[in-house]
Amino acid sequence: MIPFIGCILLIVIGLYGIITKRNLIKIAIGFCMVEYGVNLLFAFIGFKKDALAPIITSPNSPLNFVDPIPQALVLTAIVIGLGTTAVMLSLIIRIYQKYKTLDINEIRKLKG
Amino acid sequence: MIEIYLLVIAMLAAAIVAIEIKDLLASAVSMGIVGFSVAIMFILVQAPDLAIVQIVVEILTVVFFAATILRTTHTDTTIQKGIQREGIFPVIAFFIFGTLVTVLAIYALKDLPRFGMPIMKVAEHYIVHGLNQTGATNIVAAIILDYRGYDTFGEAVVLFTSVLGVLTILRVKGRK
Amino acid sequence: MKGMSVIVKTISRILAGFIFLYGSYIILHGHLTPGGGFAGGVIIAASFILLVLSFGAAEIKEKSSYTFSSIFESLGGLMFLILALLGLFAGTFFFTNIISKGAPLKLLSAGIIPLANIAIGMKVGAGLLSIFLALAASHYIMKE
Repeated sequence: MIPFIGCILLIVIGLYGIITKRNLIKIAIGFCMVEYGVNLLFAFIGFKKDALAPIITSPNSPLNFVDPIPQALVLTAIVIGLGTTAVMLSLIIRIYQKYKTLDINEIRKLKG
Repeated sequence: MIEIYLLVIAMLAAAIVAIEIKDLLASAVSMGIVGFSVAIMFILVQAPDLAIVQIVVEILTVVFFAATILRTTHTDTTIQKGIQREGIFPVIAFFIFGTLVTVLAIYALKDLPRFGMPIMKVAEHYIVHGLNQTGATNIVAAIILDYRGYDTFGEAVVLFTSVLGVLTILRVKGRK
Repeated sequence: MKGMSVIVKTISRILAGFIFLYGSYIILHGHLTPGGGFAGGVIIAASFILLVLSFGAAEIKEKSSYTFSSIFESLGGLMFLILALLGLFAGTFFFTNIISKGAPLKLLSAGIIPLANIAIGMKVGAGLLSIFLALAASHYIMKE
């Protein structure tokens, strides 16, 4: 139970960064935190005590494995997360080139 | 089990540092610490596929953040001493949303199986018949490329879209 | 972004080939050991990124690297789609594993899974490399 609560706390910390911070890069880092928390929660749900990684080493070995389905779901989500982070960062570069600041309040005042 | 608890504590501490520190480059490096602790925890819960992907993706994420920070600015100018008037509303909003998320998450965690003993009804079929039906000994590869290939195809489309988006946003001159 | 010192350049020139080799190994053995197209593709992209970071983005004078990476990414996506459609042409379902499975625990086994791993690896590696070039070096390359 405690590892699950750790993941939830990581998600809440990311939410804190997204809502209260005014710097655009801090907001992007908050999004990354939420993503790590969700990925880790999935991997923890599939864990089985005293089991092995889901890889068959010989045709007659015992099939005592952890749950492979959450791992398969998270594997694609990690790479998609990198892609969405890159889109966010390129938007940040463009905003900085136009307004010369990363503060979202200033950007709102400058009207764009 | 104790190592997972220690890593969770280290991860949460690095996350708070990454959100609160003034230097943005140090913030990106602290985010790297969070990602690498996640990778080590993936190894501890017997997910080597995820650990490999997480390590290399984390390296690239920190490189992307560093490239962005080098092209923009190093210091977070929004951090000031004392309480600002316009800073109160986001804090109140965070307390409402954060409490809501935490309460709902703990409510949902009650229905989950306990840590270390998952319910594996669907996975049982993949584990028992996976080698005969696909021929792959890595069951995760068998799932993502054979049983759930459509999911991977959608992921490839999303990645293609994000590459297109980055190249379009960062193009120097517009097309006539 | 300027290049780094001669020591860094020499070491990264030697190491980049080995990193590329390791990425290819991870991709080709994806159906037998941990790894696969995603991890191997990102490692291959990292080997090119190491070269760009150590030699400096000013060394890339032409837009040809963009052209190459976009060609490889499109090829990877197309190859994955064709592999999926093979099942339809053979009279069964989308994503059916129609090639022979072979003996387990051998490199040439598991039907379309190694081919799909290669396609995914090409796609992920080329895509992430072009994202990096756009983020870090676009003001050098895309001047004209």
